[in-house]
Amino acid sequence: MMEKMIFGRYVPADSIVHRLDPRSKLIFVFAFICIVFLANNFVTYAILTVFTFFLIFVSKIPLRFFINGLKPVLWLILFTLVLHLFFTRQGHLLFHFGFIKIYEEGVKQGIFISLRFMNLIFVTSLLTLTTSPISLTDGLETLLNPLKKIKFPVHELALMMSISLRFIPTLMDETDKIMKAQMARGVDFSSGPLKDRIKAIVPLLIPLFVSSFKRAEELATAMEARGYRGGEGRTKYRLLLWHLPDTTSLIVLIFITAILTILRS
Amino acid sequence: MAEPIITINNIFFKYEGQENYALEDISLQVMEGEWLAIVGHNGSGKSTLAKLLNGLHFPEKGDVIVDGISLSEETVWDVRKRIGMVFQNPDNQFVGTTVQDDVAFGLENNGIPRELMVERVHDALEKVNMSGFLNQEPHHLSGGQKQRVAIAGIIALRPNVIILDEATSMLDPKGRLEVVNTIRELKDKTGLTVISITHDLEEAAKADRIIIMNGGKVYGEGSPSEIFEMDEELVKLGLDIPFSIKMSKSLKEVGYPLSTYYLTEEELVDALWTLHLNK
Repeated sequence: MMEKMIFGRYVPADSIVHRLDPRSKLIFVFAFICIVFLANNFVTYAILTVFTFFLIFVSKIPLRFFINGLKPVLWLILFTLVLHLFFTRQGHLLFHFGFIKIYEEGVKQGIFISLRFMNLIFVTSLLTLTTSPISLTDGLETLLNPLKKIKFPVHELALMMSISLRFIPTLMDETDKIMKAQMARGVDFSSGPLKDRIKAIVPLLIPLFVSSFKRAEELATAMEARGYRGGEGRTKYRLLLWHLPDTTSLIVLIFITAILTILRS
Repeated sequence: MAEPIITINNIFFKYEGQENYALEDISLQVMEGEWLAIVGHNGSGKSTLAKLLNGLHFPEKGDVIVDGISLSEETVWDVRKRIGMVFQNPDNQFVGTTVQDDVAFGLENNGIPRELMVERVHDALEKVNMSGFLNQEPHHLSGGQKQRVAIAGIIALRPNVIILDEATSMLDPKGRLEVVNTIRELKDKTGLTVISITHDLEEAAKADRIIIMNGGKVYGEGSPSEIFEMDEELVKLGLDIPFSIKMSKSLKEVGYPLSTYYLTEEELVDALWTLHLNK
């Protein structure tokens, strides 16, 4: 079951991207998402796309992982592409057949939007593919630390994230087990009309919820027994180190932003 | 004689909204460096007792004294530093995302500086023979391995007492043996006090002292050989007797002149050899 999941999947490899500090990667991706919207003509989109592919190349992760990440949103991309093709009525008329009219501007906008999607998804997948969930949580916690001043529960959020991540495979296993147990008792999960299939989910969901409550209680007891008292006065085992490549990556990003701002029309 | 490390004086405890006391007028002492087994059927109050020892529950009446500290709301964290607990379900007590994070969790909570933490994590994993698994994720480990990591997480905190709250009951025989042997080695090396709460009488047979709980009360107390003398009485309490004792009993019934009931298979085998030679 885990194999199919692309979201949050970490692919270990030894590359410069893998070794970057999670904080710099998080800042980088966040900033990149913003600057994607700066691009609005051929040159700027070309620069962005080349840059994205350069990052993928540096990360040493096979392209198919990124393509897989694109699959779930493929219909969305196609949908916006088609929408732009048929409904943007600007520029030269390229094609005319009955009521279908395709304009130059429509083709342009359609391609731009698809490229924007692709860039966004590739770069965000790059973050999750090259950063282990635990360092991602650590990075997020340190980055959000200033929010403590406005009473935002940063430590609690980070702890919740890391516990959720740790329990994903455990709960997957359990779902699988309950599903098989219910199938052995005659529940049919995979055929019949939609209404029946939704009904069949109930004997899967209820035991899963009940056991999650039980798990939560046992985990809380175990945590308390090991001296967990909340975020106050805790030290951290994991150490985040900011190196030269981290600074460099952000400088490169500033550079790209500058070029995009100059070249955009 | 060793000093008592835990003293319980006349405690009463009942769960909220329940009529009956889960624990009624219990008094006992645990000696330093002792291996104490607490046995009893389901619902006899064993696990409740364990939770009272480190302040996960507080007694209604009576007091618990651990290492000279009387347990109360104020002292509960000091007491928890001295008592480590390993629970039943290996999955539900694994907090960390990887083995080393999990072992470090308790140390982080106690504000141990990072350098010392790294040293203790490695040391603790070494002691339970799991040092090759530093970056493993929990779903890649077996039940016995997870329990050994849980033990490492406890011993990294250097407690005086370790409580095994049915820590082996969800493991297969191999995992169970691994865990019990790990604890025994640790106990021999470091002079740890072990309280093991268990259904498994084979495990209890290896303890220094056994306490039998029944209906929230202490039913009996004594060395394993004394306890297993009770024989039929134990079966009535919903407990079982170890294989070697059953075997010696059956052998006695068919006329073999065995002098006592033997607690372990080795003792029984030795006795049978001696008998055979003397024939």
